[in-house]
Amino acid sequence: MSDRQYELVYILPPDTTDQQVTDLHGQVEQVVARMNGQIEKNENWGRRRMAYEIGHHKEGVYILDVINGSGELMKELDRRLKVMDQVIRHMVVRVDEEKRVVDRTRTKRQTESERRRVKRGLPPQRQPGEGRSTDADDDNDDRFDGMEA
Amino acid sequence: MPFGQGRSGGGGRGKKKTDKKAGDKEKGQRRPMFRRRKVCKFCADKIDDINYKDVKLLGPFVPERGKILPRRISGTCAMHQRKLQVAIKRARQIALVPYVTD
Repeated sequence: MSDRQYELVYILPPDTTDQQVTDLHGQVEQVVARMNGQIEKNENWGRRRMAYEIGHHKEGVYILDVINGSGELMKELDRRLKVMDQVIRHMVVRVDEEKRVVDRTRTKRQTESERRRVKRGLPPQRQPGEGRSTDADDDNDDRFDGMEA
Repeated sequence: MPFGQGRSGGGGRGKKKTDKKAGDKEKGQRRPMFRRRKVCKFCADKIDDINYKDVKLLGPFVPERGKILPRRISGTCAMHQRKLQVAIKRARQIALVPYVTD
């Protein structure tokens, strides 16, 4: 059952020190280890401006963990993060299913294009300098209606 | 543009050509309505993964006010609009994208 993958994002107040960040991450790690999960990736996005104020904070330290584990583990983590008052916001998202779908469509597209290219007597991979360049200027881009920011 | 000034697209086809011969400039700024074809950005660019962490990707679909840009304006296809909607709502939860801005 633990082939599930989750992403955990949590936000800390902007004045947290690196020490506090590592402490908190240690706590998360502990829970994960205790419940037979593993942390696949840990990212610190650093301080960034939030789109709206949370508890009178305009900025926050964002931390992302990619965790392989069971639903019970995430439930426990969620519960603990809710209690911690130094975490101003957190979110758990299950990602393994979506990831699988994305991989499948990507490989499907790849094999399809290779098959078509071989059928046309071309090498399966796109050669450099072939076809339209991808970074064409926006002037002759007739697909968008001024909605690009 | 007040009503009646613009020429409706379908009926104006034949007329447009004669207009051109007569000269558009004499009749003032009355150019025929030209709408660009809208294509789903995600289909066109082959973006499979609409991720909530990618603020740059979501940005153009969240206008100033903070609402999600409707399909009829962005031209996004139904499948991708659905995925986009989920991604934007997730991004809102962790304050990457606003709920509202006044």
